[in-house]
Amino acid sequence: MPGTSDETARRVGMLRDMARIRAFEREAVAAMRSGEAPGVVHPSIGQEAVAVGVCANLHRADRITSTHRGHGHAIAKGADARAMMLELHGRAGGSCGGKGGSMHIADFAVGMLGANGVVGAGIPIACGAAQAIRLKREDAIVACFFGDGAINRGPFLEGMNWAALYRLPVLFVCEDNGFAAFTRGSTVTAGGGPAVRAEACGVPAMVVDGEDVLAVDAVAADLVARIRGGEGPQFLHARCYRWEGHTGTDAAAYRPAEEAAAARDRDCIRRLAAMLDAEEVAAIEAEATSEMVAHRAAAMAAPWPDAAATFSDVQDAGAPAWHA
Amino acid sequence: MARLTFAEAARRALAEEMRRDPLVWALGEDLQQGGIFGQYKGLAEEFGPERIVSTPISESTIMGAGLGAALCGTRPVIEMRIADFALCAMDELVSQIAKVRYMFGGQGRASLVVRMPQGIWRNSAAQHSQCLEAWLTHIPGLVVAAPGTPADAAGMLKAAIRSDDPVVLLEPKNLWTTEGEVEDGTEPLPFGVARPAARGDGATVVTWSACVPVVEQAARDSGVACDVFDLRSLWPWDEAAVIGSARRTGRLLVVHEAVTVSGFGAEVVARVVEALGPGALHAVERLGAPRAPVPFSPVLEAAMRMTPERVAAAIRRIAG
Ligand SMILES: Cc1ncc(C[n+]2csc(CCOP(=O)(O)OP(=O)(O)O)c2C)c(N)n1
Ligand SMILES: [Mg+2]
Repeated sequence: MPGTSDETARRVGMLRDMARIRAFEREAVAAMRSGEAPGVVHPSIGQEAVAVGVCANLHRADRITSTHRGHGHAIAKGADARAMMLELHGRAGGSCGGKGGSMHIADFAVGMLGANGVVGAGIPIACGAAQAIRLKREDAIVACFFGDGAINRGPFLEGMNWAALYRLPVLFVCEDNGFAAFTRGSTVTAGGGPAVRAEACGVPAMVVDGEDVLAVDAVAADLVARIRGGEGPQFLHARCYRWEGHTGTDAAAYRPAEEAAAARDRDCIRRLAAMLDAEEVAAIEAEATSEMVAHRAAAMAAPWPDAAATFSDVQDAGAPAWHA
Repeated sequence: MARLTFAEAARRALAEEMRRDPLVWALGEDLQQGGIFGQYKGLAEEFGPERIVSTPISESTIMGAGLGAALCGTRPVIEMRIADFALCAMDELVSQIAKVRYMFGGQGRASLVVRMPQGIWRNSAAQHSQCLEAWLTHIPGLVVAAPGTPADAAGMLKAAIRSDDPVVLLEPKNLWTTEGEVEDGTEPLPFGVARPAARGDGATVVTWSACVPVVEQAARDSGVACDVFDLRSLWPWDEAAVIGSARRTGRLLVVHEAVTVSGFGAEVVARVVEALGPGALHAVERLGAPRAPVPFSPVLEAAMRMTPERVAAAIRRIAG
């Protein structure tokens, strides 16, 4: 009977996290499509193994920076999923009080320093977070998630050089889902790709099957151990596939349906589930679904933010208001 | 009290803040070599390479790393070398630093300083001479400070470091070597409190940054007794002092080095007119640069410079 050894417990934990992320995003996409959640969500369905395999190696004191496709990173880092769902619905009690929405989820209590609406913007922030950690002699590291599209922005080059130069405790995780919005990454990216670019700056890089959570976990464990051991930044290029469109309402007509179907057959959740007790898996998945369904219902029942909050937390200097 | 240059006053203020708070540190290009204006001289020797960090020429990451470090509880002083180079880090300043507190519902604060030496200085030409202060005042979330004397350089830098809001500190390049009296152990100055530099009923003259000594000189030369205000910070700015004075004098002149069109002078004039009503002023003028880039040749550059003569003429015009 599995479930007794530490290794099984770790696998069960990772399965639960992946199932919770998927259930969260299924509800989030449905809410976006129905209009209940205003604005846009970028689902990471199919990519859960990257967030979970990496964050399984992080402690609460460790920090992460995330992207516009960041629900998975946040949940895997331990963010409050109910508050996140409320945030997606623009409600009071949301992670950011309804001021951020999906693209600006943050949960500082668990070291989640923020999703980001600007591609690549988390890279410099992660570098600085690591510098502060060092200055304060904290025992912590930073994991910096970004997509394959981000490697074509300047801050990527700057950040790789910077982190290597100062030997900062940062794990860079390039979540390569094959697409940058509607464009296939390979059609806009020259040269040898993310790992080659990182290594050119002196950041050691590993490539991993990002649809195999055990593989991600194993490689991340190794890289995180190096970082904690003072070896400086490390780079993880995780290959995966974005099952859904760029946003919850993008039909992704720019790619062959068979390609997405093949990716669904490589489902990271099913691959891990196959190694675990089927009943336990079913129970975990059912629980994840009911948790997120309940969060969505809670979000719909939650009050809207007080309109006065529009003008709070801007800055201490000055008091924004409409002319009376 | 000591007679110090603008650069030395700022250097001492930073050193004092770094001695006071071990979480204050600075990052930017050439800092361990003293900074390009000597405003970091000797600091690497005193505070070491972890707190005076010489960086690569990576403005996005200088700015963005400053933010990340602030979010983790330190108080970075981000050096942009000159304001023009901050253009390479606008996303990090405008969409990240200025927004994080708000977007994240108050979870994090970007308590940091961005130093941007700005303006015309020694024939630096079009890409090294800009005053983009009005852009910055337009961005919710930022404090914009613009000292014009050595004492205020020290007081504003200290206030900026202690501020929980992100502060852009515009330091006038042309004044780095200007001397003035500075208190020992300067206290931080409040933002939004103008320095009354002269007093008179003939007109209200408002300025800041590099134009401060120019306007002070012009006010003496003009033969018109006027209220002169050095705003010292542009957001927040001392609306009450300026509105109160303009109500009394009925004549308002705003002088700045930046291009007049959409310059901060437009904001000052608009607020005063809104507050006092359209008929309250007898004369009003914005005196800023013509809408041209800054040229190289001394003769051409001089044609773009604010001078006491131009300001004195404007004071006489509005005083009628
Ligand atoms: C600087 C910037 N340019 C463009 C965009 C618009 N945009 C949002 S997501 C995206 C694609 C990003 O691709 P990738 O980094 O691979 O992340 P993924 O969406 O695949 O997770 C684009 C172009 C943006 N948010 N920021
Ligand atoms: Mg991508």
